[in-house]
Amino acid sequence: MIPLALDIATGAITVAMLLCGLRLLRGPEIPDRLLAIDTLYVNVVALVIVLGMRLGTELLFEAALIVAMLGFVSTVALARYLTRGDVIE
Amino acid sequence: MDTVNSAVEIIVSIMLLVGAFFTLVGAIGMVRFRDFFQRLHAPTKATTLGVGGILIASMIHGVAHGRYGIHELLITMFLFITAPVSANLLSKAALHLKVPSGAGHPDVARRTTTGGDSPRKKAKPVRSKGKPAA
Repeated sequence: MIPLALDIATGAITVAMLLCGLRLLRGPEIPDRLLAIDTLYVNVVALVIVLGMRLGTELLFEAALIVAMLGFVSTVALARYLTRGDVIE
Repeated sequence: MDTVNSAVEIIVSIMLLVGAFFTLVGAIGMVRFRDFFQRLHAPTKATTLGVGGILIASMIHGVAHGRYGIHELLITMFLFITAPVSANLLSKAALHLKVPSGAGHPDVARRTTTGGDSPRKKAKPVRSKGKPAA
């Protein structure tokens, strides 16, 4: 039962990532594209965890944690650049 | 033992399906809503909940296979702390750039966002006080 659920979850997350890519390409304003990147990295975290469950390895959780941290830092840096015009004053 | 294993399988499968469903719903909402401030709602709630469901599934799966769910707990805490912060920063950036909104922009928002004294229609990074003249 678990492999079928893993297949369905992988498909749903892939479709969600494709929709994020659509918003990233089509977004009329810059914050829309930034929101698409933010959602894309959260989906990448979910996909890496599903892949770790499928492969049965523990090693991919560190990769998911690093993706989450780098995504948060990049979102904060880009949002501050849009707000203040500079990242670090 | 066998019934315990099948119960764990059913719970893990249900949590995986719930998580995948909410992730997909967040992405669909981000594509289909009309303006930016509506689009901000869908990923910051639904996608965070979906990733939480998938992490709970992975945690139960790992505990059933004889290891502890510390990594999943770390990722869950990190995502649940940082998702509202990044959404707040994104909405502040959108208010500062005067992104078109169906509800209009209040004057209070213009006063609380810092450094935005020149109203701009196009979304461009404002470099009003960027580099000193030297």
